[in-house]
Amino acid sequence: MKSLSRLNAIIKKEVLQLSRDRLTFGMVFGLPIMQILLFGYAINTDVRNLKTAVANQANTHLSRQFVADLRATQVVKIVETVATPDALEGLLRRGKISIGIVIPHDFDRRVVDNNRAAVHVLVDGSDPTILAVANQLRTMPIRFDTTLQSPKKQDLIEVRPYYNPERRTPVNIVPGLMGVILMMTMMLFTAVAIVRERERGNLELLINTPVSSAELMIGKVTPYIAIGLLQLAIILGFGQLLFDVPVRGSIFDLYVAGSAFIAANLALGLLISTATQTQFQAMQMTIFILMPSILLSGFMFPFDGMPVIAQYIGEILPTTHFIRLTRGIMLREAPISELTSDLFFLIGFTLVAMTIAATRFSKRLD
Amino acid sequence: MGAEFAIEARGLSKHFGDLRAVSDLNLDVPRGQIYGFLGPNGSGKSTTIRMLCGLLTPTMGSANVLGTEIPGDSRTLKPKIGYMTQKFSLFGDLTVRENLQFIAEIYSYPRAERASRIEELLGKYDLHDQQTQFAGTMSGGQKQRLGLACAVLHHPELLLLDEPTSAVDPQSRRDFWANLFRLAESGTTILVSTHYMDEAERCHRLAILDHGVKVADGTPQDLQARTGMHIVEVIAENPYAAQSTLDGVAAIASVTQLGVRLRVLIPERHENPVQLVEKSLAEHGVAGSASLTAASLEDVFVAVTMSPEERDR
Repeated sequence: MKSLSRLNAIIKKEVLQLSRDRLTFGMVFGLPIMQILLFGYAINTDVRNLKTAVANQANTHLSRQFVADLRATQVVKIVETVATPDALEGLLRRGKISIGIVIPHDFDRRVVDNNRAAVHVLVDGSDPTILAVANQLRTMPIRFDTTLQSPKKQDLIEVRPYYNPERRTPVNIVPGLMGVILMMTMMLFTAVAIVRERERGNLELLINTPVSSAELMIGKVTPYIAIGLLQLAIILGFGQLLFDVPVRGSIFDLYVAGSAFIAANLALGLLISTATQTQFQAMQMTIFILMPSILLSGFMFPFDGMPVIAQYIGEILPTTHFIRLTRGIMLREAPISELTSDLFFLIGFTLVAMTIAATRFSKRLD
Repeated sequence: MGAEFAIEARGLSKHFGDLRAVSDLNLDVPRGQIYGFLGPNGSGKSTTIRMLCGLLTPTMGSANVLGTEIPGDSRTLKPKIGYMTQKFSLFGDLTVRENLQFIAEIYSYPRAERASRIEELLGKYDLHDQQTQFAGTMSGGQKQRLGLACAVLHHPELLLLDEPTSAVDPQSRRDFWANLFRLAESGTTILVSTHYMDEAERCHRLAILDHGVKVADGTPQDLQARTGMHIVEVIAENPYAAQSTLDGVAAIASVTQLGVRLRVLIPERHENPVQLVEKSLAEHGVAGSASLTAASLEDVFVAVTMSPEERDR
């Protein structure tokens, strides 16, 4: 009973303080919205409208037809037409274009000659994504006006994209983004929670009251669980509204996974808070965990394609497991009962981190 | 319980690496009294208070605080003590009333009496007009009154105050002490650390700390009566010349200037202190009159914190 009163006191105090900290309160809503707009609109791996220049030395009917076809793909956006390949190289070097297309004098003859390439494509290879797009251009057929139609070749392997047939980036990004946004805000909030009170001197008062370490820890994280679930709703809502990201599985399952993940991050934040002496140190520690969580969790790069060591590191990060859960539930319609290993990891992680945090935080100053 | 002393400490010591913050401290703090710790910064006052409420573990020695053994599990002690830190430690982004509310809940103060207790404290500590003000925006004196109100809310038997008046004006200090006397009157034991002589003088009993060692204790009157020094007051036209003259006299342990007056401490084994001073001044052609006077607490402080060589002069 007394314990409940103390827990209640800490929770109430945290909520009051949070509601008065307008900037932080704004971030609770602003951060997820900003991130989803940023990742949803700006970061796009299906590249279009690459700046391109053409040096059409043939200038025949066929070559002009070819340029028109190129333009029609929308993959390239022809911004300039130059006379020589040298001019293209200059434009590439100065970063004016990403792709340069050379159509030689004897284009018409080369088209029917199987031994020589008909077109040269100069690519700024420093960005692998652009290079990959340029490679797609190779498969582009060249149409002839004449009856001499090039024989249509049948591909040996047909690829059928499941779960995201239109290959839209947001469909893949949004479930992962939920993990990244929740991790960022949840961990930051709690990482500074204890340290801030230490810096302000509140801690010396608190540890002289009958409040126990566990009550203090649980009381501090509870309000943020509600905030985390709210953020989850914001991301889901915007994902649906703006990018038509589906939730094929059960919303309830998604919230179960979300709760476990939020708890894991709050516990991790508290652990950071008890291990550091100043808010600045706590921020640094948070970034230390933030970077691998973004890079190694499967959010940015496919998990299976990463080096083994990176996979090991990714495997101990809560974000990795949460992203597996969300992609499973939202895109593959998997029930959470089929994804228990990831769920149990999150629950186990929470328990371990919380225990260490409460033990580490002694009610003493020495 | 019901013992004569609220605090009994035996050989209490705290070392931080090579630094001996507190050495071999023995203390007997009677119940219902105001007990003062007088000492300069770094003399071990805060460290001692923190050991007594279980925040720091003693390196050596032990203490019994309200029946709880230190070192040991201080959980049973927490509800019985009130602690006011040197630095304001309440929540600056909560209002005065919310701070009191929080403290009431944290100490599980009976729900039915919470509201009336908070009203009572707002009145007693003159915080009614500030109750909706954020604690962080208040003046030093107001913060200190709130600090005290929060420290006593749960009716602690023992109140530990760590330099509570270091950031407030003289009027606030007077009011603060009036509150302390009222609390002591109602049976609360108060341990207060200070580096102000006038505050030390108000305590029932006093311990003087210097470099972590207790160099004297007793009632202020007691301490003033047994300094082991003659106190000679000198009024000189040129106090600076008089001071440099007297500093060179072998029998004189200490000379302190107070405006045009000098307070001269001479160990008691020297006879005729007044003649000694007047003769020394006359020999150097410095004009001035000397008279014997009673020791102030400052004299006590100077006497007990001086080096053995000075004392043996």
